[in-house]
Amino acid sequence: MTSMDYVKKISFYFAVFVVVFIAIFPFYYAILTSLKTGTDLFRVNYFPDSFDFSNYASVLGGRTFLRNIANSVFVASTTVIFALFLAVTASYALARVKFKGRGLLLMTILGVSMFPQIAVLAGLFELIRYLGIYNTPWALILSYTIFTLPFTVWVLTTFMRGLPVEIEEAAIIDGATPWDIITKVFMPLMWPALVTTGLLAFIGAWNEFLFALTFTSSEITRTVPVAIALLSGTSQYETPWGTIMAASVIVTVPLIALVLIFQRKIVSGLTAGGVKG
Amino acid sequence: MSNFSLENGTKRSHKTSNSLSLQQQRVRAAFWFLAPMIVMLFCVAAWPLLRTIYFSFTDTSLTSLYEGEWVWFKNYLSYRELSSGRVIWRGTLADPAWWNAVWNTVRFSFVSVSIEAVLGMLVALMLNVEFKGRGLVRAAILIPWAIPTIVSAKMWGWMLNDQFGIINDALLKIGLIDHKIAWTASIDTAMMSVLVVDVWKTTPFMALLCLAGLQMIPKDVYEAAKVDGVHPIKVFFKVTLPLVRPALMVAVIFRILDALRIFDLIYVLTPNSKATKTMSIISRENLFEFDKFAYGSAQSTLLFAIIAIFVAAYIWLGKVDLGGKDEQ
Repeated sequence: MTSMDYVKKISFYFAVFVVVFIAIFPFYYAILTSLKTGTDLFRVNYFPDSFDFSNYASVLGGRTFLRNIANSVFVASTTVIFALFLAVTASYALARVKFKGRGLLLMTILGVSMFPQIAVLAGLFELIRYLGIYNTPWALILSYTIFTLPFTVWVLTTFMRGLPVEIEEAAIIDGATPWDIITKVFMPLMWPALVTTGLLAFIGAWNEFLFALTFTSSEITRTVPVAIALLSGTSQYETPWGTIMAASVIVTVPLIALVLIFQRKIVSGLTAGGVKG
Repeated sequence: MSNFSLENGTKRSHKTSNSLSLQQQRVRAAFWFLAPMIVMLFCVAAWPLLRTIYFSFTDTSLTSLYEGEWVWFKNYLSYRELSSGRVIWRGTLADPAWWNAVWNTVRFSFVSVSIEAVLGMLVALMLNVEFKGRGLVRAAILIPWAIPTIVSAKMWGWMLNDQFGIINDALLKIGLIDHKIAWTASIDTAMMSVLVVDVWKTTPFMALLCLAGLQMIPKDVYEAAKVDGVHPIKVFFKVTLPLVRPALMVAVIFRILDALRIFDLIYVLTPNSKATKTMSIISRENLFEFDKFAYGSAQSTLLFAIIAIFVAAYIWLGKVDLGGKDEQ
């Protein structure tokens, strides 16, 4: 190698280092902060020098945080199961059956997924009040359908289109009904796609903020993002950075773990959702 | 296309007792498969949207949702002539706060998506090179994407803190600034802070979509260019960019639509800053905080209209094929 090649190689790795550093530093710093209390918080440090877990203890021992986590888990998983349930049959129809207006329907579904949530906020508020589910998890499960359902339908439709047609033909010759085809032929093949789509929809529902902020009104019904956003200290003028960072780390670690485990699947799912596969 | 043999209805089930053709049977089943989804989407999307638009033409208030009266365009624009002959314009379209929000939203969307597209492309090019530890690097850049927006807003809010923030500390130590800056509170830097956090959070998404596009380019294209001795930068602009353009354009339009409706990051990072108030923020304020429910509805209807026009223009210009060509 010439010295020019070395320069190239070193600058490439330097660029890689900078990208990785920028990507992970804020989270690293959040962990660092969450391990500090009292006046330590107001002293900037770049490397861990104190390991005080009292912020974690105070978050988890607080009145509502565990409840908020339970709310988030319940809302996000119910939303995802519900959306997947509706999406499996719908995407079979959209991907495998030719009918009039299919293209238009697909466009409409895609359109709904790009909806600005604020545009339905007033109408949804009225609906939720009318149904009597304001300030309950059901208000969030209902409203989250607006983004989880189109997303799951879209991704699963893309996936189903790619499945070989022969297996379906064979089933039809054997006299299988469309319902049999979905449950007995396609479902076993669809598990990987269902897991990926479900995971992405789960992350979307877990992170949602606008609806959760608007449709809940008490500390006990809040989801995690709202709880963190509205976490306040003992006085109005003091922001409890230590506890906020501890809470942030608690809710982010499982997500990061999931993302790292399902890395490849997530990338393919995002690509299918974003770019037409 | 692929399932042609199924769809022309020639291959019937051998149980011919059923008088319906296979295709008719399938369409009927498809209807029942689709019905629950369509009903659901109507309930959570179409109906609330129509109600929002309806509210925007009434004087409904938050406390009496059903007592609003039809007031035509009063929430959008109306005028009154005073006895002195002076004309007073009222309504959203005559509200400087609204136009400030429109300008903030458009500025934010344009700048953030441009930066993200360029940086995303660069990161994608980097990840497209085979090197040791590439998998780890790709995993690392997924982290900002996986962190909830609220959490990233809080994390960055703390890092950008004027008194105790690490960013002021680091910049002071390097000597780039000579006094601590209130990044999120100051009118001049609030928008910049929001942009930094948004770019940090969404560049991974952009990079992954670009990377997917890059990986579809056949390798021999590059080899041919290499043999011909074409400069790498020229190869990028003449070969790579035109080939990833479709993937890039879809990613860009998704990001623009996302940026136009931004709410949570700004709500947490720079609350109440005039420099960063966007259309979503101002609509929600009027809807639920200032008890101007109908006025807020008018603003959210306008935001919807802007996004709808944008999408329609984009589809009309035929830049992307979102529906899928294999329909025909």
